[in-house]
Amino acid sequence: MSDLQIKKSSATYDVVIVGSGAGGGMAGYVLANAGIKVLMLEAGAYFDPAKDSQQLKWPWESPRRGAGTTRPFGDFDAAYGGWEIDGEPYTTKDKTEFFWFRSRMLGGRTNHWGRISLRMGPRDFQAKDGLTDDWPITYDDVKPYYDKVDRMIGVYGTKEGLENEPDGIFLPPPKPRLNELYIVKGAQKAGVKIIPGRGSVLTEALPGNKDRGACFFCGQCGRSCKVYGDFSASSCLVIPAIKTGNLKVITNAMVREVITNAEGLATGVSYVNKEDMQEYQVNAKTVILGASAGESARILLNSKSAQHPGGLANSSGVVGRYLHDSTGSSAGGFLPQLMDRKRYNEDGVGSVHIYSPWWLDNKKLDFPRGYHIEYGGGLHMPSYGFSGGIQNMNGVVPGRDGKMKEAGGYGASLKDDYRRFYGTQFGMAGRGTAIARYDNYCEIDPNVVDKYGIPVLRFHYKWAPEEIKQAKHMQETFQEIMHNMGGAIYGPPQGPETNYGLEAPGKIIHEVGTIRMGNDPKKSALNKWCQAHDCKNLFVVDAAPFVQQGDKNATWTILALSMRTAEYIIQERKKLNV
Amino acid sequence: MNRRDSLKALGLGTLSAGLLLEACKTDTKKGAEETTTAAAGDEVGRQPFEVERDKKLHADKFFTAAEMATITVLADIIIPKDEKSGSASDAKVPDFIEFIVKDMPDHQTPMRGGLRWLDLQCLNRFGKPFTDCTKDQQIQLIDMIAYPKKAKPEMAQGVAFFNRMRDLTASGFFTSEIGVKDIGYAGNQPGKWTGVPDDILKHYGMENVKASASM
Repeated sequence: MSDLQIKKSSATYDVVIVGSGAGGGMAGYVLANAGIKVLMLEAGAYFDPAKDSQQLKWPWESPRRGAGTTRPFGDFDAAYGGWEIDGEPYTTKDKTEFFWFRSRMLGGRTNHWGRISLRMGPRDFQAKDGLTDDWPITYDDVKPYYDKVDRMIGVYGTKEGLENEPDGIFLPPPKPRLNELYIVKGAQKAGVKIIPGRGSVLTEALPGNKDRGACFFCGQCGRSCKVYGDFSASSCLVIPAIKTGNLKVITNAMVREVITNAEGLATGVSYVNKEDMQEYQVNAKTVILGASAGESARILLNSKSAQHPGGLANSSGVVGRYLHDSTGSSAGGFLPQLMDRKRYNEDGVGSVHIYSPWWLDNKKLDFPRGYHIEYGGGLHMPSYGFSGGIQNMNGVVPGRDGKMKEAGGYGASLKDDYRRFYGTQFGMAGRGTAIARYDNYCEIDPNVVDKYGIPVLRFHYKWAPEEIKQAKHMQETFQEIMHNMGGAIYGPPQGPETNYGLEAPGKIIHEVGTIRMGNDPKKSALNKWCQAHDCKNLFVVDAAPFVQQGDKNATWTILALSMRTAEYIIQERKKLNV
Repeated sequence: MNRRDSLKALGLGTLSAGLLLEACKTDTKKGAEETTTAAAGDEVGRQPFEVERDKKLHADKFFTAAEMATITVLADIIIPKDEKSGSASDAKVPDFIEFIVKDMPDHQTPMRGGLRWLDLQCLNRFGKPFTDCTKDQQIQLIDMIAYPKKAKPEMAQGVAFFNRMRDLTASGFFTSEIGVKDIGYAGNQPGKWTGVPDDILKHYGMENVKASASM
């Protein structure tokens, strides 16, 4: 006979937060520092970059030399998880595609992200493009929180005065690497605006913060930083919040649903503890979901009750709807003029050194909104795949003797080629606005559960002509930039057979929009404070509330909105409203 | 600049410096000997399933002794010893290839089949498998598959195999301690990035290139 039972805690927390990433971490940090008793549930393991980071390891310290067999971004990458997790499936519908990246760990995906930290601009909140919905809040509503996030966490960049790329409070940006200077030249010649990058890396010590070290320029932010020189929710938010004594974290706690009472208010959450596989319930006066756009929608849709028959906070039916990821397409090549280049430490930072904010007027284009371009290249640490496909490079440029060589080869002359080509490569990747559409969604799969018995998400996502045309434009722009770099060698643009290199939905890992905010409870799940219309003591602080993402990476906006919601909760608690 | 000086130059606090020194100590120690596997017990920050998986992969064996002998000869043909550094086998590339095909099973059939293809070509031409052929015979065969553009169509499978073998050898060699030193990678240590050195900027005529919205 099974001895399975539900263990109910008698304690009641002020707040329970589900998830410890950018959204959950920020809410926990703000609330705990305000003296509020917070319980945070994290579905994965404890992770402290100071101890657990693979930073400064050499490639030979990995038997697979840094290859991405168990971690999609390489053996040293910080993310536990990926697009596939054993025992935690998801499905797709109508032969559509979606790839769902999950990091089961303290700090979630912020441990390994690219640290590209862009504010959304006024025209991202209110686009007035006749196609996308306005947010219920404006840039001016969010600006004070972006400012506070900049000061609290640190971001480098330059003041450029661009209307829709609002300036922040910046630390100095890293200078471009040599390959990137060629890109700057090529982009400028092609009429593509290009400016210093914006990233949450402490290129100088962060004023007023004694717990974090400054960046020492190893370029390995993706591994997470032992001195906390970059932003991870673990190092910068959750671990400091634990130190206040007001925040308790339970790791390996996989949340099943939000519990509600007869009035339809949230009373706590239930979860399965992955270590002892027992069922638990915890009580809280306020419930905050920060489990990620996909996971928070899943929890709500699985939280059905007599008061909330279609799932919690879902009387509008929009939960799971309007799912959108950024578009992505890329290109690259190499610079023969950099062959035999002099060696020096060019690691730089692990975020972008330069980027192109969207620079064109859509009125003259056949697609709405736009994209930014991220660039890279330099004398990077060798890892698995080093100089792969050299037969495509060493036959297209003259050898040391000035004569063309036969492509491929072996022996001393090939060994020399590897040296000659090292550090000549560069790449560029577009990241653009995908339109939030009702018909792109996640829902509960009626037939499938995960290993904990929790019904799983089923995705339905199709790119539309708007996104495909945008990818085509990216490819054309890349060709122009590469042409103007002067002598760069690169392949032809990707064509219609690959949707112009447009990555499958979910691959850019910017999925947002599944629990959208709005003023009309019939058309949105949350109000402008990310508070559920149907359940006033329930809030969502990850990227699910996004109405319409700009081309900007989501994290900085998640942080700003979560801080704003947490401060609202503090105010409402004082008024005894929650 | 040695590590102590570079730490000073960075002006890091004691907390940071301590952590860094700890990290540096580890890599100095590891760097002392050439190794193809992650050090035992080096499990911090690894998930239990990853540790288990690595243990199992290390315990398993994929290639036969004869196959490993062929891989070793091929790897050293691809990356031989020269005046600057050792050979692929000096850098334990064959051991890396043995591991990586277990780690990435997609390599297994093309590698095993490719090695067999090679032996059959040698048997038909020279009456002996590849490793028993003379050096001249081996090179004669390699010359037929090492140059994709001029290889005969009937050798295409051999070209595909050799491309894979070349890539795996380069991966294994240039990620070894010998290879990283050979290629001249100068990073993975505390420093201060202040941009491309002036002499190099000048050499490439990049002194005045600047990323800015006003350009």
